[in-house]
Amino acid sequence: MKKVITGDHAVAIGAKLSRVEVVPAFPITPQTLIIEHIADFVNDGEMDAKFLTMESEHSVMSAAAAAEAAGARVFTATSSQGLAFMHEMVYATAPLRLPVVMVNANRTLGGPPGIWCEYNDSMGVRDSGWLQVYVEDNQEALDMVIQAYRIAEDKRVLLPVMPCIDGFVLTHTVEPVEIPEQQDVDSFLPPYEPDVILDPARPAMIGTFMPAEYIMELRRQTAGAMESAKNVIQEVNDEFAKVFGRDYGGLIDTYKMDDAEVSLITMGTVTSTSRQIVDELRQEGRKVGLIKLRFFRPFPSEELKNILKDTAAVGVVDRSLSFIGGGQAFNEVRSALYGLSIPIINHLAGLGGRDVTEMQIIKMFELTLSAAKGEKVKTVNWHNTRGETV
Amino acid sequence: MRIKDLPDDNLFTAGHTACPGCGVALSIRNAIRILGKDTSVYIPASCAVVFGSTYPYGAWKVPFFHTAFGNTGACLTGMQAAFEKKGKKVISVGFAGDGGTYDIGLQSMSGAAERNDDILYICVDNEAYMNTGIQRSGGTPFGAWTTTTPVGSKIQGNRRFKKNLGEIVAAHDIPYYATLSIGHPLDFIKKVEKAKNIKGFRFLHMFTPCVPGWKIDPAKTIAVTKLAVESGMWTLYEVENGVKKITHKPGKMKSVKEYLMMQGRFRHMSEEDIRTLQGWVCKKWNLHYKEKGAPEICEIELPEEHHAVTEEHKEMHGP
Repeated sequence: MKKVITGDHAVAIGAKLSRVEVVPAFPITPQTLIIEHIADFVNDGEMDAKFLTMESEHSVMSAAAAAEAAGARVFTATSSQGLAFMHEMVYATAPLRLPVVMVNANRTLGGPPGIWCEYNDSMGVRDSGWLQVYVEDNQEALDMVIQAYRIAEDKRVLLPVMPCIDGFVLTHTVEPVEIPEQQDVDSFLPPYEPDVILDPARPAMIGTFMPAEYIMELRRQTAGAMESAKNVIQEVNDEFAKVFGRDYGGLIDTYKMDDAEVSLITMGTVTSTSRQIVDELRQEGRKVGLIKLRFFRPFPSEELKNILKDTAAVGVVDRSLSFIGGGQAFNEVRSALYGLSIPIINHLAGLGGRDVTEMQIIKMFELTLSAAKGEKVKTVNWHNTRGETV
Repeated sequence: MRIKDLPDDNLFTAGHTACPGCGVALSIRNAIRILGKDTSVYIPASCAVVFGSTYPYGAWKVPFFHTAFGNTGACLTGMQAAFEKKGKKVISVGFAGDGGTYDIGLQSMSGAAERNDDILYICVDNEAYMNTGIQRSGGTPFGAWTTTTPVGSKIQGNRRFKKNLGEIVAAHDIPYYATLSIGHPLDFIKKVEKAKNIKGFRFLHMFTPCVPGWKIDPAKTIAVTKLAVESGMWTLYEVENGVKKITHKPGKMKSVKEYLMMQGRFRHMSEEDIRTLQGWVCKKWNLHYKEKGAPEICEIELPEEHHAVTEEHKEMHGP
């Protein structure tokens, strides 16, 4: 069945279809519609979950961790300042191997205060041990909530997953979305059956204080789980494609990369606009392609190196800034491509929620094409920014 | 349940690494004996995490969970929600210190109390941040030395009075709030049993001396708690469905000086500061605990300038 719904609504339906058992919630723009829809589902008897109205995001992630530790499938959602406020608990969740799923509606993390799409909120927890996937449309938002549980609860992974959706661009914008059938989701996603939980019948201690003699091994285990998530993500993607007919590619998705000489790497909704531009430039005979960076953790280093090894230049689009120059995606891509001698340039655009237009993306391709020809191009380019002449 | 009937099933086992005479360890051990094995424990950052659960050792034979400092209320809420969803009958109990309750965990506790979640919140109050090395908290009494309220040449000890947490907690209209002391075991057992069997948000507030933090003789932990109650520095009472009842009334209140002089943390106090604290104790007793028409048992007057009770307060609560 197709419904015309917002990204937040799609996410809420994804949580309902995943038969989540506990939902601690605290409102923050632009995530609010998610928890409002879930509250409606619960109060209308459509969803059999404990809906907990917490008094802060720190308490949301605390309750989420504790409920997950006690064996429940947990869902929540947050954004920006809320994610920052629960920062401590975000870090507590992954090493304890609690596979919580939390959607982050990407929004500017102040100051200055702003509510529109920027990735500087979720980028701040990229090293917390959570998996992060950035989605492009409302359909992918819904589908990735369901996939997230399969990935998170896989015994080879057991790490929390954060699907990230662009604030307002997706959260508050309606699109047609195919709603999967409950029975199909049930057979794709069986109930959560953890091995170690808080249970008086088989007492366990979770979250013990840990001295230096042991903590390094635990870190290594967490890193190992993140690494093995790569295969699990691909398996889950492929199985999902078989059952539901929608293939998202896995860690990355590509568009017209087979013979591409120059490409852009994008995340989230900028991808859709960029795909359009690729088609336009292709009509002009320019061999350009597109890589959609879906998972930021685990980071697809090998996949990127592989696909870019025979190209002439790559531009990385960032919607957030790291203060070592350029954005986080750019810096991680550059690190992943170490040893590959092609120009790698950075396009900063859409910070604070500023629209990323077709003209800007054309400019990004032009600059990257110039770099491919060996022309002098700045490494970090601020697009559509006062005081800059890009 | 009588003292001799208390099961000794070692749910919090010997071999933990708390200091000799630790009031927190004594309180936890005895509370868990009464609560029994169908219990799941959350402990926020505190000595109790270190002395009861430092990997690879663990003193708990019931489920134990720990993540951070200021989230006992929320973790209990989440834990209990999962148990309820799974149809398991388990008591979710938290043991948080005064710092973890009066200060950093106040909001999280208040949220759980306001929602009346079916959990048992236990505050083990040793009147300072002991795990980090004796720093002042909102539960630290007037005059006390801590490392952040040192005895200097200009300012001596803590200049504020202990926050009245009981009134704050009870104001959430919860089914049960009670204060306890391990120096009064019969009262202790009765209140833990009562809290065990009530549905909704229950709060047990335990007075737990800290040997190094209070600079007391480890053999005197129980004696100190008894004297705290006899001097009015700690009052044993309960608030059940909004009705406050004193469960142990001192005969004639002993002077706070006797209590203070047992402890190194107070020994520097000037006569004037002792008088100030004494006055605060009497005011507190008369304002919050003294029953109507009961005889005065605490009579020392407070110099006005050190008055912790404002005029506005008097108007609201009567003289």
